[in-house]
Amino acid sequence: MSDASAHALDHHEPVTSTGIPNKKVLMWAFLGSDCMFFGTLISTHLIYRKISATVGGNTLDVRDIFDIELTSFSTFILLASSLFMALAVSAIHKGNLKSTRWMLFGTIIFGSIFLACQVYEFTHFAHGKENVNGDLEHQLTLSSYAGKTLEEGKDAVLEPHVFGSTFYVLTGTHGTHVAIGVFWLIGWFVYSFTGKMSTADAMDIECCGLYWHFVDIVWIIIFPVVYLMEYAF
Amino acid sequence: MATESIKYAAPDTETKLETKVFPRPGQHTSGIVDWLTTIDHKKIGMMYGLTALFFLLIGGVEALLIRSQLWSHNMDVLTNRQYNQMFTMHGTTMVFLVIMPLSAAFFNYLMPLQIGARDVAFPRMNALSLWCFVAGGLILNLSWFFTGGSPAIGWFGYAPLTDTRFAEVIGDMGPDFWIFSLQMLGLASLLASFNFITTIINMRAPGMTMMRMPVFTWMTLIVSFLIILAFPAITIALVELMFDRTYDTNFYDFLEGGKPHLWQHLFWIFGHPEVYILILPAMGIVSEVIPVFSRKPLFGYGLIIFSGAIIGFMGFAVWSHHMFTTGMGVVATSAFSILTMLIAIPTGIKIFNWIGTMWGGRIRFDTPMLFALGFITMFMIGGFTGIMHSSVPIDAQHQDSYFVVAHFHYVLIGGALFGLFCGFYFWIPKMSGRMLNESLGKLVFTLMFIGFNLTFFPMHYLGMIGQPRRTHSYNEGHGFETWNQIATIGSAILGVGIAIGIFQFINAFFNKKLKPAGKNPWDARTLEWTLSSPVREYNFARNPIIKSRDQAWENNYGAKENHSEKEPLDDHGVHMPDRSWYPLLTAFGLFVLVIGMLFHASIGPAGELVRDYTVAICGGTIAIFGIIMWSLEGPAGYHLFPKENEE
Repeated sequence: MSDASAHALDHHEPVTSTGIPNKKVLMWAFLGSDCMFFGTLISTHLIYRKISATVGGNTLDVRDIFDIELTSFSTFILLASSLFMALAVSAIHKGNLKSTRWMLFGTIIFGSIFLACQVYEFTHFAHGKENVNGDLEHQLTLSSYAGKTLEEGKDAVLEPHVFGSTFYVLTGTHGTHVAIGVFWLIGWFVYSFTGKMSTADAMDIECCGLYWHFVDIVWIIIFPVVYLMEYAF
Repeated sequence: MATESIKYAAPDTETKLETKVFPRPGQHTSGIVDWLTTIDHKKIGMMYGLTALFFLLIGGVEALLIRSQLWSHNMDVLTNRQYNQMFTMHGTTMVFLVIMPLSAAFFNYLMPLQIGARDVAFPRMNALSLWCFVAGGLILNLSWFFTGGSPAIGWFGYAPLTDTRFAEVIGDMGPDFWIFSLQMLGLASLLASFNFITTIINMRAPGMTMMRMPVFTWMTLIVSFLIILAFPAITIALVELMFDRTYDTNFYDFLEGGKPHLWQHLFWIFGHPEVYILILPAMGIVSEVIPVFSRKPLFGYGLIIFSGAIIGFMGFAVWSHHMFTTGMGVVATSAFSILTMLIAIPTGIKIFNWIGTMWGGRIRFDTPMLFALGFITMFMIGGFTGIMHSSVPIDAQHQDSYFVVAHFHYVLIGGALFGLFCGFYFWIPKMSGRMLNESLGKLVFTLMFIGFNLTFFPMHYLGMIGQPRRTHSYNEGHGFETWNQIATIGSAILGVGIAIGIFQFINAFFNKKLKPAGKNPWDARTLEWTLSSPVREYNFARNPIIKSRDQAWENNYGAKENHSEKEPLDDHGVHMPDRSWYPLLTAFGLFVLVIGMLFHASIGPAGELVRDYTVAICGGTIAIFGIIMWSLEGPAGYHLFPKENEE
């Protein structure tokens, strides 16, 4: 902390009972609560996964809908973004503002690539895939899904189903978390050009990092539970 | 008043930070702007309390309408739909807009005083919590004026009652208002709880170890943890329901593969901890009051706290006892039955500890003590019927009968509301600086105690002989009339008692003729009683150094080494954070967002569904703008200079 900023207001920075800054305790409490948000969503998905495997005599095979290569790629990108985040936190602690700025930028870019993949994925799932005859099949919407086309020249019939509901709401909630994180990071990135950023901001950026890592960890659970498990059981 | 004895600091240049969009109200703000922009935990607590008491009157009128309809067989005070709306609104109002915010009012006002802090950890977030609560209450009650009127789905909103296809009125918006208002209220509770947890963990005065904290503060901590872990379940359940109703997903739609049963599980995973969220604050209040009026330290302090924590923990493992008749299977039913019986043990420990506190004490029967004793006895009756329900076959008999209504009103009025009234009678002298009239207080207690028992005790019997709950009328010849009439008379007496009580609480802040309270009118024990009444803006002129549990008592009667000390006055004065418009603005943005979401869909000229999110996006933009400006303005602040001898 520079001498100038140590003036008057800053000396009131409270000495906390635990020695942990207030904002960090707040962030941990929030993350504990957020576990329950995702826990509820993931439970809903798991409960419905087998119960509603069939509707109208059709077995749902979501492997036909998923694009597992793309999702694996975006999973890797999101995990890699955590490295940038960790480096940004480390850099701000050391007072290396330039490095902080570009590590934040890296995190933003990787987070955005993940989001772009998710938008692509959602759009394509909702639109369905064209088969060799140009008919639409393997379509997944919020309320229904379509399997294979039964007749040439006709699109596959959409039938009411729960998988789309649980899938989109669960992964969409995660995507919203990533988007909030990206906007938060953009805020810091812009702030880094104002010349006001200093090691005094290290704790705030660390809280941002806690959030970012948490969102990553949630994806580490969602990816196997929602995607990989469909290929195993 | 406090202002006379404070020498204000000359405006410092350093406290004027950046220019703002909204000019930041300064140190000398008063009147309505002060209340709208305040970040003082005491004022926020008072506004929480006042709003909740207002909703208590609304919820009470709804209850009286229900009782009038049941006065005799086949009455038509209310149509069956109006009756359904009435019990839905009564339940939702009393749980989310009365008991929870009344508890929050005490948390806000007292907890920082009890741990020796100058405010909560995040004062502006505290203000946001208040305004979200007000917005949530407004949204719920706005439902009366739109298509379908208010929700008629029960406070539990069971699927498929919430399914759009089963709506009695086409385009019924009641459940939508209900969903969004609960989301706002949930947000308010979550924000407040994060704040309280951080404050209690991190902002205790030197020497205030965890095991020296007053029991009320401990219960605040436990309840805050319950809220942050239980509310996500209903938030997500409501998100799923919102998607079902608005975007046609199938979470609870049994015609398209969904399971209404899942709603019940998610609702009660939240709903049962919620029961403890409602009762633990009252238990905390009573644990403060009984030692004071028995002139003895609390018996089994550690045990009371530990059993509170156990209750909170086990509260997450008993939710399915609300669902014994849904056919969960023998294993699940037995497990939940056993756990429900076990949770009676920590509750019983607390009751024995309160009795142990009174045993051999020199008991004074002032109004707060009467309410505390009312709490113990009435809560015990509610607890006993609760233990009866933990037995599956008995529960199957009682399910959906008036016996259950009797049970939970004994817990929620006889328990929670009596506890909260006890808190009002105990702490209003501290908040207002004036004593309440004892005779009037005793009259209120008598009316409430008699009215309450007349209303709800007969319901045990009515339930046993078969009167179903949530049913708008009954036929002649069942023998229900007499007891229902007694209950209706009782409810009127209870209503009068509560109304006089509310008048008395508010009157204390305006009636200058009332006796001044002084620092410690009850000869009470905890830290807040070492301060002047009403408490000054900065709470503690000098930070206290805590030496023992029951610090106020020790300072008066204890050994010299147990007296608290004070840190020396700071040359820089007491730093006070500035007021802010942004919590109010952010809550307003969220309110507009909700209104925009509620009315975004309309039917176009060709009969197609048109979605227009303009208003919602405007609201969201206002909220985001508020948050950004909030983070840029910083806490800022000014300094106050208390005199040497001030508390």
